[in-house]
Amino acid sequence: MNTSSLIESVKVRFPAAVSAFHAWRGDATVVVRREFLLEVARHLKEDPALKMNYLMDLTAVDYSTFGKKPAPALFSSSGVAVKPAAQIPDEDPWPGPPSSSRFAVVYHFYSTAHKHRLRLLVPVEETAAQLDSLTALWPGADWLERETWDMFGIAFRGHPNLKRILMYEGFEGHPLRKDYPVNRRQPLIGPVN
Amino acid sequence: MQKEPSFLTSRLNEAIGWARKFSIFQYPFVTACCGMEYMATACSHYDVDRFGAGFPRFSPRQADVLFVVGTISHKMAPVLKRIYDQMAEPKWVVAFGVCTCTGGFYDNYATVMGIDTIMPVDVYIPGCPPRPEMVLDGLMKLQDKIQDQHATGRRPAPEARPEILES
Repeated sequence: MNTSSLIESVKVRFPAAVSAFHAWRGDATVVVRREFLLEVARHLKEDPALKMNYLMDLTAVDYSTFGKKPAPALFSSSGVAVKPAAQIPDEDPWPGPPSSSRFAVVYHFYSTAHKHRLRLLVPVEETAAQLDSLTALWPGADWLERETWDMFGIAFRGHPNLKRILMYEGFEGHPLRKDYPVNRRQPLIGPVN
Repeated sequence: MQKEPSFLTSRLNEAIGWARKFSIFQYPFVTACCGMEYMATACSHYDVDRFGAGFPRFSPRQADVLFVVGTISHKMAPVLKRIYDQMAEPKWVVAFGVCTCTGGFYDNYATVMGIDTIMPVDVYIPGCPPRPEMVLDGLMKLQDKIQDQHATGRRPAPEARPEILES
């Protein structure tokens, strides 16, 4: 299926779940409300016309400082300000962040049978940073969801073993959240530097 | 007052230093892309065996020199320290690449800002990654250092880190 028919098929099947959609530079994106995530994902996997049998990627975006802050300096310690690149006029501009929620969890699905791909964006509020786990449908979601939990602090309901995967036990906070201070160090041994 | 070492002892020290510097058993602790440059140095083009250091031992108990090659993360730091502690004296440490020297361009939650925060370092080889020539130069500097040391293996304390980095 091409991008527009992919979006159309999801939209027609789940009119209440889809809050927005776009096809940008050949990639189909559907913004799904989080309570419908499991339902939509199961449909994507099991529908013979879609057959998304491969979960390519699962990650999250923190939009809390999106568009609010100038580009930070490359080295926080040097204090050198980095000038943002000039805007190049674009006939097909980026559609922008999915909603006003702080986080968005991003799922990239691919079908090895039909060779088409679809991206799901699920906006997640900061106050209820919780989603349904997809480990029952794609076992590969296990470590990806653990990484998302580790880096962004978004919990996944129904995950069999939701604990840190990259950082160590005892690490406080979630380092890819925009409010994690870039200078904060939590060494296991040695001085804080 | 300390007695001047006799002629025989000083000759013996020199001989032991000479023997040690040409029989370096190294432990390559390779964690990142610097490892490719380490391999280039170890292979036949640059041939680290000319300096007697061509025999990597993958057991810290059999090694003299710890080559720390590549970025060390805070999660990895206790492992590295343990490897260092397991090595028998006399032992030396080479910081290979800028990440091990200072943290390099990493300034974030994950990276140790120089392995000299957790263990004494004898030779720093900067570069991202260092050329094999730099590695050989560092190795020769280490050989000079080994030659100059007393036969007991007791080495002078490593240079302290500058105050500015302590905070």
